[in-house]
Amino acid sequence: MPEPLATALGWLPHELGLLVEALIKVVALLVPLLVTVAWFTYAERKVIGYMQVRLGPNRVGPKGLLQPIADAMKLMFKEFIVPAGANRFLFVVAPVISLTTALAAWAVVPFSDFLVVADINAGLLYVLAMTSLGVYGVIIAGWASNSKYALLGAMRCAAQIVAYEIAMGFALVVVLMAAGSLNLREIVLAQEGGWAQWFWLPLLPMFVVYVISGIAETNRAPFDVAEGESEIVAGFHVEYSGMAFSVFFIAEYTNMVLISALTVIMFLGGWLSPFPGLADLAFVGWIFAPGVHWFIGKLVFFMFLYLWLRATFPRYRYDQIMRLGWKVFIPLTIIWIVVVGIAIMVGLPPWFDAA
Amino acid sequence: MSKIGHYARSFLLLELLQGLRLTLRYLVSEKFTVQYPEQKTPKSPRFRGLHALRRYPNGEERCIACKLCEAVCPALAITIDSERRADGTRRTTRYDIDLFKCIFCGFCEESCPVDSIVETRIHEYHFEKRGENVMTKDKLLAIGDTYEKEIAADRLADSLYR
Repeated sequence: MPEPLATALGWLPHELGLLVEALIKVVALLVPLLVTVAWFTYAERKVIGYMQVRLGPNRVGPKGLLQPIADAMKLMFKEFIVPAGANRFLFVVAPVISLTTALAAWAVVPFSDFLVVADINAGLLYVLAMTSLGVYGVIIAGWASNSKYALLGAMRCAAQIVAYEIAMGFALVVVLMAAGSLNLREIVLAQEGGWAQWFWLPLLPMFVVYVISGIAETNRAPFDVAEGESEIVAGFHVEYSGMAFSVFFIAEYTNMVLISALTVIMFLGGWLSPFPGLADLAFVGWIFAPGVHWFIGKLVFFMFLYLWLRATFPRYRYDQIMRLGWKVFIPLTIIWIVVVGIAIMVGLPPWFDAA
Repeated sequence: MSKIGHYARSFLLLELLQGLRLTLRYLVSEKFTVQYPEQKTPKSPRFRGLHALRRYPNGEERCIACKLCEAVCPALAITIDSERRADGTRRTTRYDIDLFKCIFCGFCEESCPVDSIVETRIHEYHFEKRGENVMTKDKLLAIGDTYEKEIAADRLADSLYR
């Protein structure tokens, strides 16, 4: 993909050309992403409303579609208050860390065979690093606020993410073993050949563990103890107002979309089509050909799953979250590493016979 | 054996899937939200809203200042002064209802021997200044004049049970 872009920028000095090329790619990724995030908040309110037999927002614009714009305007014009006892520098930096890491992880996500900003070898490792760094935003925010509720939320968040990061990491180790690569594009390509070839089937427990840990990682309901409204007001972002608050909000939703995208790439064959055999059909064949539309379709399903789960389940009790993370998920993932290891050794068809 | 069954059930997340099925069913079910300013729920003829004083068809006010409503009012919201008019009838010179005190119980309407003080279907009103909460005789009569048709129809609809 970079070739046409690189040729078009050929008249620039080499380094400057690379810079401009990277900038164009980043903007082309971030603008649709942030638009998605904005309307994801709208979708959340609408879906949860519908599940509670309400209508959700429907006043701003047709069917309430302009609600995110109204919200953004409101938050932008609100005052950004720094509490008197807060550590001013860290207080300002925390939301920035949250958002930066959430957005940076998107660099390696392949939307299709060629649509990726940075096709690096250790993509999976990079994603893990970035999503783990995001916790610092939350912890620093909680500490810098100089508020008991914020600190409680940050501590809960830290403990929870440490627990689930391990389960998540092990689940990804299994994927890594099955695919034989850390590059996200190659992980997808290792799943080529229809819906039965995708990793969700041989790694089904890991798939479930990953989705659930992903929800816990992003601090979403039913694992939202870090901001549990009924217990600690709003957790780590009680003291934040205006745009700083909305930056946390954007980071959270970006992370949700990111985890959904990673689930799709790791377990559901990314941009691959479930029925590649039908791609030769006349007229409708292009639907069954692999492409970015499959990626987006699967992504939307997982984004919907987030909202669905939030509308369905009550918040987990804190000690039960810890129990689930340490005593259920981690043993389960370790067992499955052994199972998949044996499956790869004996070359279990149809998934592991090629390698 | 039951222990294995318990593990199987919890690892297959069966109860969670049941919950998800329920919310999915509600996602597509019909919503019964009433879009208030545009849509309104039907009101009974017995609705007890804002008060009004009625007149006879010839334009004479019904109220004869018997003060039964003032006596029955549990919130002491009604204040009445009366005098003898030139034609020898007794009429009110002052008929105030303090809407901050009123509890909209409808006793005044029930006690009225001449169907003069009534409660209408009006429930969307507000006050902008101190003192506007006291409905004077003029205001009450004006409401009665404006809504006489609706008031009369409501009394007629409910006449069998009064």
